[in-house]
This record gives sequence, structure tokens and C-alpha cells, in this order.
Amino acid sequence: MNLNNFIEKLREEFEDEIESHLIQPNTKIKDLEDWGSMYALIVIAMVDIEYDVTITGVELSKCETPEDIFDLVCNKVTA
Amino acid sequence: MALHKQNGVRIAGISACVPKEVRYNKDIEFLSEKEKKLLIKTTGIAERRYAEEGICTSDLCEKAANSLIEKKGWKKEEIKLLVFVSQSPDYFLPATSIILQDKLGLKNDCVAFDICLGCSGYVYGLSVAMAMMKSMSIQKGLLLVGEVSSQGVMKLDKTTVPLFGDAGTATLLELTSSFTNESFYSLKSDGSGHDAIIMREGSGRTKSRPNKEFNEEDKYLKLDGQKVFDFTLKEVAPNIKSVLAFANTDVSEVDFFIWHQANKLINETIRRKLGIEKQKVLYSIQKYGNTSSASIPLTIVECLDSSTFQNETKKCVLSGFGVGLSWGSVLLNLSNTIIHPIIEFG
Repeated sequence: MNLNNFIEKLREEFEDEIESHLIQPNTKIKDLEDWGSMYALIVIAMVDIEYDVTITGVELSKCETPEDIFDLVCNKVTA
Repeated sequence: MALHKQNGVRIAGISACVPKEVRYNKDIEFLSEKEKKLLIKTTGIAERRYAEEGICTSDLCEKAANSLIEKKGWKKEEIKLLVFVSQSPDYFLPATSIILQDKLGLKNDCVAFDICLGCSGYVYGLSVAMAMMKSMSIQKGLLLVGEVSSQGVMKLDKTTVPLFGDAGTATLLELTSSFTNESFYSLKSDGSGHDAIIMREGSGRTKSRPNKEFNEEDKYLKLDGQKVFDFTLKEVAPNIKSVLAFANTDVSEVDFFIWHQANKLINETIRRKLGIEKQKVLYSIQKYGNTSSASIPLTIVECLDSSTFQNETKKCVLSGFGVGLSWGSVLLNLSNTIIHPIIEFG
């Protein structure tokens, strides 16, 4: 697993909604304009399909940045 | 028992009736253009059918049943079982199924009762009706499944208004001597998640509350989308897998997957997890939204027609999941099943 690939996947998922340069490893997710529950569902679905692990809404809500989400996924994959 | 097998009962016909009034998500005034675009992209719901006040689930089911019975050429006196599955009945009591027995002109020796389930209701209803028909040697049965949800949502609620649509369906069931009509079920429940989708007010549990606790929102359907999404991703794919393993059937042998239509993102995630080809998973959500228990038969009627099953046997996996929390899947064969084109009410 690679952080850069993970960021690329996030950018692809949100290509219609968020300008790609705004999604960086240390971006504060909740500072993104219009970030909401629908975005969370998209992230959870993407992680489930791409990495075959399920993260919950509660777990995701504790993540502040894309890097935090990446770390959460890594921990689940290796668990 | 969650996993069980049944045989000897076939689905002879399916119909669906929807209200004429169409409501478009692009026209919702309390959502921004960006919100609407994201909502339609993620849920897949562009439009829904809306039952104006006074139209009940039973009205839609009655019309669906009458048209299908006529098309199939059954005599009403032959129908000895009527199961009505809904969470929007005509009254608290009596059971709506019994009112429908009279309205449809079925005889008094027809067994009629309600099942109060939502999104999983079609699969549960099939299981109950098939088991009763087999054990009681009932030759012909009628399963009526539907929901008028749109009247139960709060006017400006972003989480429910764009999602729910109304529909009533009818399914004709027939006892058969053929052993090819095997169906494999897995039915499950988890009441610890009962508050994920809930309508509280007016019920026994809330009646005795002191007035100060009254909350206007409790009169309407409340949906915790995140909780439902988490539940669905965790439970549905394994449930489908367990049915396929129980039936010793590979996912590639199935012709059609027809699942509850709650959210396109959910269904696409399940499809990709299970490695199913895109064209095998059917959708009606774009035109009708989430119609709760009606969504599986409505999707069959929207996407398929009688010619699909004429002298051919198709393996289908149906899966319903949601309010309860309750979920279930069935693998069954459909052959020579009559599909009545969609009927409009009003």
C-alpha cells in the first residue's frame, strides 16, 4: 500500500466535486467545502472495493486528514 | 433457522403499480445545485413516484393484483392465501390483508394476514407464503408487497425526501409438483440497530412519554444513513455468499441479481465485492427511488418482461436489507413467470 496511490484514488472518486490539488495527505477533510455524509459514504465504498476492508462511519469521523484514513486502512489490512 | 430450503412453489406472475405523480430530485428547492448533483450521482435516484394524500399502499397493491390475476386468468375463488407485507397499513387495526381479501373479492376461506417488515419484506414474504402453501397444500396464493413512504417523511428533510418513492406490487404463487422449483433462503435480524430507521410517534413505546419529551420530528421517518450504510456493507455480501454456498451454486451461474434499491453506491459496492458482471445486477432506483419492500418486485417488472422467462429457467438472487435491522436473500428459479408491465394509479 502506498500513500500516493491512495491520494490518487481519492482524487479520482471526487473528480467532479473537489479540485484535485485540494486533496493532499495533510488536507483537513472537514475544511473542504461541502464535505458531508455523502462524501463519507463514497470514501467507505472506495476503501471496501479497492482494499477489501470495511471502515465504519464512526472510524472515518475520527480521521482528520487523508493520511489518517490511509493509516486506518493500513492497520485494517495488516490486522 | 436462518438458512433453509423450500421446494414445490413457483412464482407464476409479478406486477407493480405506482402513483402517476412524478417528483424529480433536480427540482428539490431546499438542496443546492451541488448537493443535488452529488445526491443523484451517489444514490442514483433521479425521480420518484409520489402518492398524494388518500392513496394507500393497499390501493396500489389492489390494482396490481387485479390486473395480474386477470392477465393470468386465475379465478379469484381459487386463491386461498393472501399475505400483505408493508409498514404503511390502512389502519393500526384491523390488518390490511383482511380488508384486501374483501376488496379483491376473495372467498372467506382465504387465509389472510399482514407481515410488518420493510426493505427485507419481499424475501421474508416469499419464504412465509411458500412454506404455508406447501405445508397446507394451498394451490394458489397472493403476496402483496408495497409501501407509501413519501407521506411519512418530513417536508424539508434532506436525508429522506430525495430517497423514498411509493409502489404496490402483487406476486402470484402456485404449488407445483416440479422439483426444479427449489429456493434457498437466508433470513437474518439484528434489533440492536432498530433506531437506524425509525418512526417513533404514535406507538406504544412513545405513548406514555411525558409531553415535554415530545419531538415533532418523531412523527416522521428518521434515517441514520451512515449506520445503514455500515450495516449493509458488513452483512449483505456475506448473506448472498451464504445462500450461494448453501445451494452449491457459483456466482457466475446466476442470471440476475435483484436487490433492494436503497442507494446505487451500496449496490454497486456489493456487486464489485462479489465480482458480478454489471449487466446482471438490475436497477429501477433511477426512476422510482427507494420503495422499501416493493423495490425487488418493482425492479423485476421494470427491467424484465414475460419473454425473459418463456420456456426458460433463470436463476435469480433476490436480497432485501434495511429497517429492523432485517435482511435476507433467496436464490430461486423463475420460469414461465408472467411479468405485467408497470401500471399507473390515478
